[in-house]
Amino acid sequence: MSANHSPRTASQRIAWIATVVSGTLVLFFLMAPILAIVPLSFSSSTYLTYPLPGLSLRWYEDFVNSARWIHALKNSVIIGVASSMLSMVLGTVASLGLAQWKSRWKPLVLAVVLSPMVVPVVITAVGVYFFFAPLGLTGNYLGLILVHTALATPFVVITVSATLQSFDMTLARAAASLGAPPLLTFRKVILPLILPGLASGALFAFATSFDEVVTVLLLAGPEQRTLPREMFSGIRENISPTITAVAVVLTVISVCMLSTLEYLRRRNERLKGNAG
Amino acid sequence: MTAAFVAGADVPLKRRLKRAERTRQLRALGLVLPLLAFLLFTFVVPIAGMIWKSVDDWEVPQVMPQTVAALERWNGQGLPDEAAFAALAADIRTAREAGNLAVAAKRLNYVVNGFRTTLLSTGRKLKEQPAPGTAKATLIEIAPAWGERESWAAIKSASGPVTSYYLLAAVDLTRNPDGAVVHAPADQSIYRDVFLRTFEIGFGVTALCLILGFPVAYLLANLPTGRSNLLMIFVLLPFWTSLLVRTCAWIVILQSEGIVNGSLQWLGVIDEPLRLIYNRFGVYMAMTHVLLPFMILPLYSVMRGISPAYMRAAASLGAAPTTAFLRIYLPQTIPGIGAGCLLVFILAIGYYITPALVGGAADQMISYFIAFYTTETVNWGLASALGAVLLLSTVVLAVLYGKLALGRQTTGGLKN
Repeated sequence: MSANHSPRTASQRIAWIATVVSGTLVLFFLMAPILAIVPLSFSSSTYLTYPLPGLSLRWYEDFVNSARWIHALKNSVIIGVASSMLSMVLGTVASLGLAQWKSRWKPLVLAVVLSPMVVPVVITAVGVYFFFAPLGLTGNYLGLILVHTALATPFVVITVSATLQSFDMTLARAAASLGAPPLLTFRKVILPLILPGLASGALFAFATSFDEVVTVLLLAGPEQRTLPREMFSGIRENISPTITAVAVVLTVISVCMLSTLEYLRRRNERLKGNAG
Repeated sequence: MTAAFVAGADVPLKRRLKRAERTRQLRALGLVLPLLAFLLFTFVVPIAGMIWKSVDDWEVPQVMPQTVAALERWNGQGLPDEAAFAALAADIRTAREAGNLAVAAKRLNYVVNGFRTTLLSTGRKLKEQPAPGTAKATLIEIAPAWGERESWAAIKSASGPVTSYYLLAAVDLTRNPDGAVVHAPADQSIYRDVFLRTFEIGFGVTALCLILGFPVAYLLANLPTGRSNLLMIFVLLPFWTSLLVRTCAWIVILQSEGIVNGSLQWLGVIDEPLRLIYNRFGVYMAMTHVLLPFMILPLYSVMRGISPAYMRAAASLGAAPTTAFLRIYLPQTIPGIGAGCLLVFILAIGYYITPALVGGAADQMISYFIAFYTTETVNWGLASALGAVLLLSTVVLAVLYGKLALGRQTTGGLKN
């Protein structure tokens, strides 16, 4: 529904102009950090000030040549990929179940499944720290992957459930009536149709893990430090221009994820439009 | 014949359908169970364990079992009997040999300041188990504190199995030697202030987000779809940008040699750089920036559904634009305002990273203290109690949010 605004009277026009101006200012405020940090990463100076004395790629060189940062990037990718895959499997299977399950316990189960999203991360991190420490799950990758999976799964469940809502279950029933066993029905009929939803779910999960730092602060040993964790200590000590280069790399990754999501959303809308 | 056949087949068919439905439901439940089991292990049990730690009083019963048993007979009046003194001496000697006397000493020091010294020095000086009948005299000679009722009341109050000590401490209360709940001593009374500060910052950030988010959401909802989709990128891109990147950028912008101070000085507005970061201003700035999309997105989704016809109808009936806005438009956005405000507030009170990086010592929120007591001072009981209070606040608000958002099929406005 497009609700075109059509101001008529003078006072309405003034109100609309005020909205446009204040809205634009706020949008500028939202973009300000990105606009500020990107040019600084290309500065040739060690000082994080404007105007830039000259352009240089030295901070990016610093980043790719630093064993510490590259190790952190690797860790972020390992933990992010592992936890998003695990949360994809658990979340998708659970969403398929939740879509068919009718019970008065369903709201409670749903609340439990979604609660890692709402409970302050510090509480999750501290609880998991107490619980994992005696089990030997602190200071290694497995513990971090497990807790990141728990934090990411709600996003998968929300995204996949939303996709399943628009999925026509009669298609699955048709496949079953033609003699396809459930697994084959899932693989040949359901999966291809909900794949875009799954992909955005996986992206959300990866983004959640990729940007998470509180549990890493508590659970990770020196070997498992991720990019956000290194940035956290870097910002605490003294922001070096290398951090701005890392920040830009992370922003580029965010832009890629956002574009992929947008592509998936448009594709989905187009498909829906064709079906209708 | 046909009728009989149909009637006969009717019952099994119904039963078969029922059975098929039951199988289907069981299979559906079976699909949900792996995730539930996983979350039980990685989320529910750990948090339940944390809550248990906020009342668990294990140190003294574990280190001084005989004393705890002996004190069960003591009515709290005067000093306990000789047997309790003997039990204490035996416990102290065993614990010292096992090397865990300090564990109990640390716990008892929460109740009576200086108890650690009393207990540890007694452990050092008590060379051998006192002869029968002399335990009381020996111990009081080593440390006069053993001749005071308070010391014994402290042990009894820490005898477990559960304690309200940490939960009370989390709201600046304590028990006096008589067991009555009183205000904690001033040097330990900081948590009410911390909670107040947490809620104050949460409230301030929520208000700022609403004030800044409302016009943006209105603008996005009332522009033609193409242009509004384009502008939406300005909301979604920062939303997807790493929290650390954004916090880092705000430090760069607001520091004393930063862009804002630099421009103001260049313009001649100020002579000295303003202090914009590592204080409350910086916290509000960065947190509002991080949480603003959580306000804009629910507001936008509600405003998108408000038909402009209502406003036109109001205008045609002679309502002034302000009246029409206040009485027709604004009430329809209330669900979005409610959802957005609750969401921002819930997320804000749990914040740790941003205040830790851009706030000063007086801007740290409750999460900071939870992490601090977990990793620095290893006072897990207090960390858990503070966590339990924060969790309770969050759950109450989240239930409210659930009730608000239930009517509308939303994804909670989260990243979508």
